[in-house]
Amino acid sequence: MTAQNWRRLNLAMPWLVIIGLLIVWQAVVQIFGIAPFVLPAPTEVWSAFLEYRDPILHNALFTLQNTIFGFVLGIVFGVLLGVVIGSSRLIYNGLYPLLIGINSVPKAAVVPILVLWLGIGTAPAIATSFLLCFFPIAVNVATGLATVEPELEDVLRSLGASKLDILRKVGLPRSLPYFFASLKVAITLAFVGTVISETLASNDGIGYLMLQASSQFRVPLMFAGLAVIAVMGIATYLIFAVLEARLTGWATRRHDAPMSGGG
Amino acid sequence: MTNAAGASGGSALPSDKFLDLDAVALRYGGPEGTLALDGTTLAVARGEFAAVVGPSGCGKSSLMKLVTGLLPCSAGSIRVAGAEVNGPLKIAGMAFQNPTLLPWRNTLLNTMLPLEIVQPHRHRLRRERDAYVAQARELLAAVGLAGFEDKQPWMLSGGMQQRASLCRALIHKPELLMLDEPFGALDAFTREELWGVLQTLWLERKFTCVLVTHDLREAAYLADVIFVMSARPGRIVAAHRVDLPRPRTVETTFDKTFIDLVHVIRGEIAKVRGEASSKQPRVA
Repeated sequence: MTAQNWRRLNLAMPWLVIIGLLIVWQAVVQIFGIAPFVLPAPTEVWSAFLEYRDPILHNALFTLQNTIFGFVLGIVFGVLLGVVIGSSRLIYNGLYPLLIGINSVPKAAVVPILVLWLGIGTAPAIATSFLLCFFPIAVNVATGLATVEPELEDVLRSLGASKLDILRKVGLPRSLPYFFASLKVAITLAFVGTVISETLASNDGIGYLMLQASSQFRVPLMFAGLAVIAVMGIATYLIFAVLEARLTGWATRRHDAPMSGGG
Repeated sequence: MTNAAGASGGSALPSDKFLDLDAVALRYGGPEGTLALDGTTLAVARGEFAAVVGPSGCGKSSLMKLVTGLLPCSAGSIRVAGAEVNGPLKIAGMAFQNPTLLPWRNTLLNTMLPLEIVQPHRHRLRRERDAYVAQARELLAAVGLAGFEDKQPWMLSGGMQQRASLCRALIHKPELLMLDEPFGALDAFTREELWGVLQTLWLERKFTCVLVTHDLREAAYLADVIFVMSARPGRIVAAHRVDLPRPRTVETTFDKTFIDLVHVIRGEIAKVRGEASSKQPRVA
């Protein structure tokens, strides 16, 4: 196989896998005659999507909006928290157990409390997605900062660099790859948070739509809702993957990069 | 080795005592901790090239951190350029065995890093950027890195990375250069080549240099004066003047004076290692 064909195959692989999965799914449903309210075939999901596309898109937009809000809050708070716990051993030791505790609490159990404080709809959805996504960001930024080579710090300190100098020149650039890796995890978690909250306490959003569809046994519609969330998740993930490749290319050396001689 | 009274008493320091350590001790981790250095006394004149050699674990690297003010000493006094060291020095450049270049910066920007931190360059950098870039390019060319300014560190070989690391240590024209086994991880040929590069830079710029190494030939090739340290807790057990003409070349290393000197130091280190291992039971 030539190098070019190999690259084409690499690009096509994700699509081939998805199409293959859909074909198997369709075949299984038809061969075993599975009822649509147990597992609808992809074609039925698609026609449900077309039939309800206006409400689906309206609710998807609502979900997307809340997710992005929660995600942005998560980035701001997560980065600040990460910088703080990553630059001080004392604060790290003090806060880490608490953070683990907060992160271990199932967020579905927190939504009723958030509803009590914030009402229903947008606010608890943003809050839940925020709660789910700040943690990986903070932990990764802190890891990036905490793993700066001590010798490099010595070089800068012997030049009279302040803590802020070291953070700006070394710490932050160094933790950028960790930060982007966490964004890819965090954005998907943010979707999870929004949908949980919408399912429990909202009159809008994909979560609410699915709850309604479920109560009316419109199983194909539920699957259409799931598919829309999955597509939004993949799309936002891709955005950050591209940003990551642009901004932190130095951390993932390409094999085809030109090599220079010895000496 | 505790002749503290005579040297630093009363009168002003002799002007050529650029670096002056007097009965310096360093203990890690509180009063019960490990004693890394004990009663270390040495002096290096301005513009002199000093080497510190000793068995591994004798506290050579601790000495580096003490002199540059990254660690406070537990006892004794350290003076650099006549002033007591009580915080990180601002006139020092440092290079280590690990080149520690920043992978997100190319060679040129890595070299220029100190200019973004040290005054007065930090203030002038934006306005006089072209002049500084020219300086950095010139320095890189002097160590044989012309044409590699735009390469990322991982595209360079180990020897080239170490050259860039040397440039970074020197770009802000420090009065004191501290080197901690800078060539330790390189192959023998590259190492000898870089001895020449470093010697040329030093002959041109005449900064005061302290080289910590376990390579005795390296010490004898580069240094004006070699201090031999004992095993932990480290102290200076001998000092040797190296009276070989400059510039020295690889040929010099086959000179009888050179070989005899290395031989003598080799013996001294074998002796302090022997003393150290007879003090504590050997662990298999």
